[in-house]
Amino acid sequence: MSNLKVNVAGVEFKNPVITASGCYGFGRDYEDMYPLSALGGVALKGMTFKERLGNPPPRIAETPSGMLNSVGLQNPGVEHFLANDLPYLEKQDTVLIANIAGSTIEDYCKIAERLSDSSVHMMELNISCPNVKEGGVAFGTSCEGAAGIVREVRKFCKKPLMVKLSPNVTDIVSIAKAVEAEGADAVSLINTLLGMRIDINSRRPILRNNVGGLSGPAVFPVAVRMVWQVANAVKIPVVGMGGIEKWQDGIEMMMAGASAIQMGASLFYDPMAPVKVVEGMNKWLDENHIENISDIVGTVKPW
Amino acid sequence: MAHIQGEYPIIKVGSGAMVDYTIHCPDIVNEAKAGQFVHIRVPGFTLRRPISICEIDKEAGTLRILFDIRGEGTKELAKRKEGDLIDVMGPLGNGFDLLDKEKKAVVVGGGIGVPPMLQTAKHYGANATAIIGFRNQDLIVLEEDFKNNDVPVMLCTDDGSAGHHGLVTDMLKERIAQGPVDIVYACGPKIMLKFVAKMCQENGIRCQVSLEERMGCGVGACLVCACKTKKENGEETYSHVCKNGPVFEAEKVVFDE
Repeated sequence: MSNLKVNVAGVEFKNPVITASGCYGFGRDYEDMYPLSALGGVALKGMTFKERLGNPPPRIAETPSGMLNSVGLQNPGVEHFLANDLPYLEKQDTVLIANIAGSTIEDYCKIAERLSDSSVHMMELNISCPNVKEGGVAFGTSCEGAAGIVREVRKFCKKPLMVKLSPNVTDIVSIAKAVEAEGADAVSLINTLLGMRIDINSRRPILRNNVGGLSGPAVFPVAVRMVWQVANAVKIPVVGMGGIEKWQDGIEMMMAGASAIQMGASLFYDPMAPVKVVEGMNKWLDENHIENISDIVGTVKPW
Repeated sequence: MAHIQGEYPIIKVGSGAMVDYTIHCPDIVNEAKAGQFVHIRVPGFTLRRPISICEIDKEAGTLRILFDIRGEGTKELAKRKEGDLIDVMGPLGNGFDLLDKEKKAVVVGGGIGVPPMLQTAKHYGANATAIIGFRNQDLIVLEEDFKNNDVPVMLCTDDGSAGHHGLVTDMLKERIAQGPVDIVYACGPKIMLKFVAKMCQENGIRCQVSLEERMGCGVGACLVCACKTKKENGEETYSHVCKNGPVFEAEKVVFDE
């Protein structure tokens, strides 16, 4: 049995596997398949200060080795979360990462302030949601926008602050550096890639929102490349995600430079996938006589 | 709510206008109720396919599902043979609210909405009426199954090639005129549900509808299968077919989305 513990921005995770925001609700929907304590952490559904209804359906379309979604941050708002979900979650012996979003910088600051005195362990600043018209990815696609929001939220956020980056940019490295310079404690990447599908019979986009975020195994190589580039450019930890479905993918993502990983779309076809990844990683470490999983982080030997 | 996932053998492949599998999965069967669905993995495809439960045999430990080939995923899924294993997750969602067996129930199904009506109607036996509609006679399924369970059938086709030439709502109107109805259950195209719901409301009859929407996780985590509903205070919101449904009280559903 190897040591699967990892540390991200001062927060200890019992293993590096975290379920990705938006794919795991507030943690209750899979609880009868395995306990949340089997996971290193849970990145909770993206939350806004006030309730949001999200986009009209259809909100999902299948793609080769992946899927598009256009949920649009449907969530009950931070007060509902604090009253109804957090009391349950804080008893589950796993790291809780609150994913926070908004339309204005002020919205982000208000929610960061409200959660700072709660029992969540970390905050993940969502400046990369492609499915909302205002805010979201608008902050995440320029260095100035990303730096500006991190600077302001940092004043209110008393928890370790991880910034979730968009891959829909020309140079993700410069954005990672910009948020690091403003005091981000970690970055997580990648959010979904903007995509589109069309029903050729009706000539209508399948998604009512016309476009949506691509996730699933199709995006995995893009995610590995971006994690590798960012991890080589910043000193803060990188949490890698995008299409991870099996333990080999997790090892690969960590070798690219991720200190921990998140899993999302794979849950939809295999709800046990995160647990299988933890088991598979552990076995591989044992077979290769590697004592600590953190020893493999960033160990790719580029040509 | 328990949901179980595993690989289970298909023990019978039916012949008929739809793909018809009977799956031996006693642990899922134990928990299953009429109107719930199972979420089936198709190798090579990212999303599971939600398919309503057609029949539950607690003694045999089997579930029966019927589905149409609609796209590449269901085309692949349709290739299974007797003895093949199939990855099933379920039972998911809330089923129909079944009343006392002595009550008078009407089940209304249109096309692919017919299968979930069989298990529902069986609960009431001769106290149920099945109103089932198809595009034409070649697409009819389950007519004999209803009759074998003593459920009288009112058959409709769009082209008049079998049964009543017209809509299921014509038959529902006729059935309501014949005598008391305590509850109506409906599944089918949204436009059909809308008019069934309207007719029930006008006649003061409780109506439950089973909705369909493009789905992701199946358990309420990803929030993609949104459908517009009314809250207690009348305000509109998005509920989710997988977790809050697929069965809803018709009066709570906003059909004009």
